[in-house]
Amino acid sequence: MKVLNKKVLFGLYNDEEILMDAVKQIKQNDAEIMEVYTPFPVHGLDPILGLSESRLHIAGFMYGMVGTSIAFGFMSWVFTVDWPIIFGGKPYFSGPSFIPITFEFTVLMAAVGMVVTFYLICGLGPGVTNPYLDPRITDDKFCIAFDVTNASKEEVSALSELLDETKAEEVHTKDI
Amino acid sequence: MSAVVSNVRPPIVTGSKTYHQITEDICKPTETLPSAGWVMCLLASLGLLGFGAIAFLATVWFGIGTWYLNRTVGWGWDITNFVWWVGIGHAGTLISAILLLFRQKWRTGVNRAAEAMTIFAVICAAQFPLIHMGRPWMAIFVFPYPNTRGPLWVNFNSPLLWDVFAISTYFIVSLLFWYTGLVPDFATIRDRAKGFRKKVYNFLSFGWTGAAKHWQRWESLSLILAGIATPLVLSVHTIVSFDFATSVIPGWHTTIFPPYFVAGAIFSGFAMVCTLMIITRKVLKIEDYITIEHIESMNKVIVLTGSIVGVAYLTELFVAWYSGYVYEQYAFYNRALGPYWWAYAAMMSCNVITPQFFWCRKLRRNITVNFILSIIVNIGMWFERFVIIATTLHRDFIPSSWSYYTPSWVEVGVYLFTFGLFGTLYLLFIRVAPVVAMAEIKSILKTSGDQYVGPNVAESTGSNTSGGHHGQEEHASH
Repeated sequence: MKVLNKKVLFGLYNDEEILMDAVKQIKQNDAEIMEVYTPFPVHGLDPILGLSESRLHIAGFMYGMVGTSIAFGFMSWVFTVDWPIIFGGKPYFSGPSFIPITFEFTVLMAAVGMVVTFYLICGLGPGVTNPYLDPRITDDKFCIAFDVTNASKEEVSALSELLDETKAEEVHTKDI
Repeated sequence: MSAVVSNVRPPIVTGSKTYHQITEDICKPTETLPSAGWVMCLLASLGLLGFGAIAFLATVWFGIGTWYLNRTVGWGWDITNFVWWVGIGHAGTLISAILLLFRQKWRTGVNRAAEAMTIFAVICAAQFPLIHMGRPWMAIFVFPYPNTRGPLWVNFNSPLLWDVFAISTYFIVSLLFWYTGLVPDFATIRDRAKGFRKKVYNFLSFGWTGAAKHWQRWESLSLILAGIATPLVLSVHTIVSFDFATSVIPGWHTTIFPPYFVAGAIFSGFAMVCTLMIITRKVLKIEDYITIEHIESMNKVIVLTGSIVGVAYLTELFVAWYSGYVYEQYAFYNRALGPYWWAYAAMMSCNVITPQFFWCRKLRRNITVNFILSIIVNIGMWFERFVIIATTLHRDFIPSSWSYYTPSWVEVGVYLFTFGLFGTLYLLFIRVAPVVAMAEIKSILKTSGDQYVGPNVAESTGSNTSGGHHGQEEHASH
């Protein structure tokens, strides 16, 4: 298990509607949220949290372009420079017949590249064990977590009260 | 912000479920011991697998002659089965990818199992290119790797090679797409598991925590994978059709093949998904997640694609006559009235007539009718590929070369091997992984659960019904 040496104060909510109102209220009070955990993607949460848009699609496009260049370039080189062969009377550089493999390779590179990038930037992967706050978060509970490693007792109790105000069902602290 | 609810569409999650109930219902098959029925089905599948393994061995030991292939029928059951399995596989990607792009929420009930079916179908399909080489240990040579023989490269202009890249890419992308969706669901099982199971699911769930930023990236990844998987599906079966269409054989050399094959693939694939889902939902008791609405929607796709296939058959016949090309005309005359007339009759009756029943709403929503018709459709689609391959090959240009083909037990055995393989993989899948996409069902519960939709709209609690009924659109992200 990865040890992050953090102290976390978190509140658990029963419903995503309550969670979103809670996040709005907490943001208004200028408290810094460490992370919000949900059992499924909650739409409308990202702008409230102020999360910037993911740039994964840009990475995907670039990986795809790499795939296109490699595939088309390689086939063209093979059949014009390396070992030109006449296939069925076609010219050495037969663009249309290179298209299927080029397309497939583009898709392959884009998909593999994006998936690997996704796992890397999220810090996920086979064998990775991230500490989690409560096993019910992947079931039906929603969680707002604050990093209170370096916070004073007053700050911690203020945050705790804030969580109670926003209708958190449970409030806990945990060392991860 | 509140979720907007349609007052027109019926609920697609029934039983007034809570998030926790969804978790419980869907994790149950992975946490309980299998029933006697499951064990019997697994034994049957393993039996088929064993018998098929003997057929494989006979093929490799004694050669392709054990298949009774001849001149001019160089492709018999082998390529028929290959195209059949690949076609079946396409429905899974269509359900996951294309329905995601079209914002169809009902895909969430069936996408996990359908994608699993795709992956297993592609694995089964891949057996045929391997075994039909006769010397499968030479299979490595189809891939372009640097070598000291020139270097000697493969023929990138050949559709057979395009197939290699297409099927490999399709398999890898489908696997990645399926697994990406599985990671959060494996995390759910992990958090409920103890001991050894916990270790296994911990490994499989990649350390997923459910952080908002990760979900955001997950959704972005799913959407883009869906976006590239869609043209991939269309291109893969188009390339499979090019195996035939780029030849000069009458009956094969036709530009109708790409759309005809793609529509046929979707047609047979959805029929197989229906067959599997009807059994799965009954056995695992998940009728609340794979509802009649799901089945009806799939039947609508079946009637659409079945009609396209029917129109393609009639077009082929018309163009063969209109072209005035004697060889093409004979090819179709021979299909209908020659020695393989029975295969053509099976194909026409199973594929053209059966989907038309689904125009009737009552039949679309009848489970028994659906089950029987979906099996008939798959049989019909097998005959279609058989007609295209064996009937066309056995009589082409020169009458003195005409022949006839019947499969041997070895050929049939190889086909049974793939049934055993598919059955084993699917049965193992339903015990190990959640058959329905839990996280996705939870995300549509508020807008499609039966306690929030339709006549219950006015009575449901929470702010999601504020704003009245009329003039509401579906939620933007769904």
